[in-house]
Order: sequence, then C-alpha cells, then structure tokens
Amino acid sequence: MKTVCPVPYNASDTILLGHGSGGRMSHQLIRDVFRAAFGNPLLDQDHDGCVFAVEAGRMAYSTDTFVVHPLFFKGGNIGDLAVNGTVNDLACCGAVPRYLATGFILEEGLPLTTLQAIVHSMQAAAGKAHVSIVTGDTKVVEHGKCDGIFINTSGVGIVPEGINIAPSRATVGDVVICSGNIGVHGVAIMSARDSLGFETALESDTTALNHITQQLLCTIADVHVLRDPTRGGVGTTLNEIAAAANVAIELDEAALPVPNAVKAASEILGIDPLYIANEGIMLVILPERHAEQALRLLQRFVESKNATTVGRVVASGRATVTLKTVYGNHRTVPMLAGEQLPRIC
Amino acid sequence: MQYIDDYRNNTHIQTLARAINRKVAHEWNIMEICGGQTYAIARYRLEDLLPPEVRLLHGPGCPVCVTSEEVIDHALDIARHPEVILASFGDMMRVPGNETDLLHLKAQGADIRLLYSPLDAVELAAANPAREVVFFAVGFETTIPVHLAALQEARRRKMTNFSLLCSFFAVAPAMEMIVQQPDNRVDGFLAAGHVCAITGNAACRRLAARYKHPVIITGFEPVDLLYGLYRCICQLERNEAQVENAYKRAVPENGNTVAQALMNDALDTVGCKWRGIGYIPDSGFVLKAKYSAYDATGKFPFENTKHLTNTRCISGEIMKGKLCTADCHCFGTECTPEHPAGAPMVSAEGVCAAYYRYRQP
Repeated sequence: MKTVCPVPYNASDTILLGHGSGGRMSHQLIRDVFRAAFGNPLLDQDHDGCVFAVEAGRMAYSTDTFVVHPLFFKGGNIGDLAVNGTVNDLACCGAVPRYLATGFILEEGLPLTTLQAIVHSMQAAAGKAHVSIVTGDTKVVEHGKCDGIFINTSGVGIVPEGINIAPSRATVGDVVICSGNIGVHGVAIMSARDSLGFETALESDTTALNHITQQLLCTIADVHVLRDPTRGGVGTTLNEIAAAANVAIELDEAALPVPNAVKAASEILGIDPLYIANEGIMLVILPERHAEQALRLLQRFVESKNATTVGRVVASGRATVTLKTVYGNHRTVPMLAGEQLPRIC
Repeated sequence: MQYIDDYRNNTHIQTLARAINRKVAHEWNIMEICGGQTYAIARYRLEDLLPPEVRLLHGPGCPVCVTSEEVIDHALDIARHPEVILASFGDMMRVPGNETDLLHLKAQGADIRLLYSPLDAVELAAANPAREVVFFAVGFETTIPVHLAALQEARRRKMTNFSLLCSFFAVAPAMEMIVQQPDNRVDGFLAAGHVCAITGNAACRRLAARYKHPVIITGFEPVDLLYGLYRCICQLERNEAQVENAYKRAVPENGNTVAQALMNDALDTVGCKWRGIGYIPDSGFVLKAKYSAYDATGKFPFENTKHLTNTRCISGEIMKGKLCTADCHCFGTECTPEHPAGAPMVSAEGVCAAYYRYRQP
C-alpha cells in the first residue's frame, strides 16, 4: 500500500502558516512565487542578504510599508504601490534608485493567485523603474491578524555628484511646482472601498517618477526640494517642508490642479483635496529662474504633463503654509490633525 | 462641478460684496444657523469681504456639536457590548463623551464602523445576522429622514438586529431660544437652507412674525451666503422682518412632504439637551413607541452617572451668539483639533474647528 501525506506541502492554493515556517513550504513559496517573478543575479545569490558593489559618493536609503485596503483598485494594487512608493522616496532624495528589499506579512488563507498577481505587479513596476528586488523576507500570520497582505519595501539609490535635495533647502524666492493632478490616488482608493458607496472613473496614478527626477536633475542641478505628497497630501507635505526650512509657503488656490472628479468626490465626502493622498505626483521646489525650464521638461512626460506652478516661498523665519483664495484673501493650510473625517451633511 | 462653480464664481462674489458695502448704513449682527454655512464662511474667509459694520455670529447648527455628552456616553456603552457593531458617521468618531470617544474605544477593540449612509448599516445588519447593528443617528431635520428610511427598510425586511441610537434635533426651537435670550444680539438670521428643504418655511415665518427679525433661507456656497447676507441687510436697513427664500433652487415653500410624512409617522417631539447650550423645549425627536423594536435606547438601557461637562468650553455661549472664538482663552492653545476641549473643535462644521483650520495667517 502506498502511503500519502495527509497535508501535501505543495498542494495548497492558499497561504498556510507553514509557508512562513522557514521549512520546505517556505522554500517552495520563495522558489515558485518570489524568485519566479523577481529573479535576478543578485537575488539568486541565495543568501540571507544581498552583497553588491558600491560606487563612490553618497547613497540614499529609504523604507515604506504598505497596508492599503482594498488590495486591488483601479489603476494598481498594493504591489506596484509598494515598489513605486520606495522608488519615489529615493527619487525625491535626488537619487537614482537601484536595489529594493521587500518584506511580506501574509495572512493565512490568502489565495496564492492573489499573491502571485501582486508579486507580478511588483516586478513589472520594478522593471519599469529600472530597479532590482534583491532580497526579501516572508512571514505568515494567523487568519484575522492582518488584512490579506502587508508589504514593506526599502531601497537604496545613488545620489549623483552635485545634487543636494533636502526639505530644509526651500528658500525665499523659490517656486513650488506640482507635477500633476491632486488627489487622484486617494479618491480612487476611497471609491474602491465597499463602505463608501460611490463610484468614480478615476484610476490611481501610482507610478514611478525616478526617470523624471533624473532628467530634471540632469538639466537643472539647482533643485532645492523634491517630495512626493503621499499620506497627508499636498497640505501636510508642504507644512513639513515649511517646518524643515522655517519658511512661509503661499499656495495659489486658482492654480491648484484638482480634477473635477476629485472635487466632486471631496464635496460628497466632505474632505479637502489638499489632504488627500497622492502616489503619482511630486512637488518640486526650485529658484524661480529655473521654473519655466522645469515646467517645460516636466510637461514632456505623460506622468507630469499637468505640471504647474502652485505657489512660492514668500518669507523666512516663520514656518507657515497659507492659501491665497480665488477671492483674493488668505487663509492658513494647517497640518492635518488626524485622519480626515467625513462631514455629516 | 460646473453647477457648484457658478456659486463660487469670483465675479459674482465681488459684485455681491460691493452691493453689501453700498447697502450697509448701520451695524448689524447676523447669525448663520447651519454648521455647513459656518464652514463655508470660514473656508472662503467671507468675513474678509464684508464691511466692518456687518458682524457674523455662528449659530448652533452642527448636530455633531450639540449632541449631549450623555448620548455619546450611551453610544460608547452600547459599543462595548461584544455582540454590537456600532456604526456612525465620521464626524462623530472623535467627539468626546465624558471619558473617551468612539475612535479610542475602536482602538481598544470595539467593533465601530464608519459609514456614509444609515442604509449601509441596514446592509451591514443583513450581512451579520448574529450581531446587533446600532446606527448612531445624529442629525437635524436635514438628515433625520434618511435615518427613518433606513428604519423602514429594516422593518420591511423584518430585521430584528438593527436599531438606531437617535440624537435628533429640531432647529427652529433653538433659533427661538436664541432670540428669547434677554441679552440677545442677533438682528437677523440666515436660516439653514437644507433644513428648510425638508421642513418648509412655516417655522421661519412664525419666528420672523413673532420676534421681528428677518429670516433669510440661505444656501451653503459662497455666492448663496453673500446673497443671503445682502437680502438680510436690505431688510434690516429698511427695518423689515420678513422671511425670504434666497435658496429657491433647493427649498420649496412647503418643504419635502414625503420626508415630513416619514417624520410624522415615526417621531414624537420632546424637549432635549443641546451640548453646551442646555435644555430647549420641543427641540428634539424620539422614536414613537410603535418603533421601539428599532430603538437602541430600549434595547440597550443605560444609566449615566457622569455629568462632567467641561466648564472651560464656552462654545454654548458662542453658538448662542453671545461670544466668539476670540473670547475663548482655550481656543488654539489648550483646545485644538488634536486635543479638543469641546465638540465644536472636533466636527469640521463646528465653529471652533472651522475657524481654527481656516484662520487668518
């Protein structure tokens, strides 16, 4: 009589606790899912980490963790978001992103096909951004202990000689350019949540921006600040920059590129587009004399074709963000206190 | 958005601002009733466009802000029941009761959900037949009917695990309370357009006739608000006290009779406590006895022994038009959206939160 293992380790079409055990199921998952998608010579070193040659000069290093719900939404999923997020953080340090590490926390019961779809999106995003995923880790938690999958990515990039990007460099006389439409990603995510009961044609604009920042910095070395206004939106990000540089930033309400679909969703939900998360845009702060050239360059890329000047750094010695309204008066744009809570009516 | 953009148009705004400036000859205190109007006034800094003779007072029109601590404590108590899913609009999540708020309770493991419609709570109850779904139903006449529509839907589907914890208010009695104050400063009202869209204009007509104050039924966009102010100032300068409908695109004279029928069928009028303000006769609604199966106060009785209302918070006096945020020693220092001392610093439509968020640089 032939004996058969009652729980064949290779037969599951969902994630089981055993996939995080470090044993054969883990190895099979790594081989069949992660390495199958991410495969590259550095990953194939089959090591606990990755060893690679470094270049002279400065490096940028960043990390970000992704817990988005739902996992799939119009225009992307948690996988490409996780790659683009860290790539953009590195790009906004002025770096050329090179290598990513990724950590997965998987929930027991996650369909393997879901994981594969996410991993393939990660590889596609990494390929598009010209970065390699060179090391990683997987843990599995019990059902109910996480929301399907959480992903951490961290990455390193090379900062070219002569580039010095930092929020503290925002200076009086600089202009603030926004590379694209505000609020698109956040509204796409909110509409994908069952509980909100509204639909939008908007797709998340999640994308890597490093090819744009590299072109920009090759052309205009004297860029002072680059930032992707993700969580907290443009309003919060500019407050962070104002605080780091101790400067006053003034936005022009009439110039803010807020698409009608974002305005409409904001009206329905009672939230302010300035605080909605973005994933496919960045803020560029640079001396006014370079503004036109920067705008022309940005507008050549499809991801930043709507780039426009939205404000300027008007004073130093006080860290504030203000908005010149369409009626010509001024109000503050404070940092968001907590989560944006929708208004009741 | 084209439709809304017309009501935010800068040319119209400047035209109205000039008309107001030309018309004003005396000093006037005008109160907008609704929190939505307060929010728009603060967000667009419309007061910057007004002459110094015109002073805006901000009324009690945010149901989140005036829901009493006792009712919030009741909601918190209900949410602590393990079988309960408590659903609420987002605004209510951070409003402090006597000890904590729903967000903190949620962080401790209570099943509290943020929804956008009471009808979603009915679906939530249908999807969770083993749980009790309680919707924390907070509103003026504007949003009361949609809660009652949810109740009727649950009833139609013979659901037994859905109920409402009601904090329902009637706006007109609060306006009457304000003008009855011996030191009342209000010369004219901008009435809440969306409340009138439900109730019709009769209550405003009674108020104007009885107390001799102009009442302008007003919308929520900047052009609506300046137009309402202009009409109010015109009357005040002529010493008139009429009801005018400056929001005709939304408010028919008799209101929404279908919504009124829903309310008449399901609600009894009662006196109730407004947070910061106190008891106002005939200013609240409770579910009639025939709907007791859907009344969370019956399903989850609660005896509140705490009455620790924050004495530093002067929001009640602000909402009665007697003081303004500048008179508050806590505003922006001890009391901020991060650490609210009172409910109006929490809700976006609360006068303090709106003025803090959109204050002058």
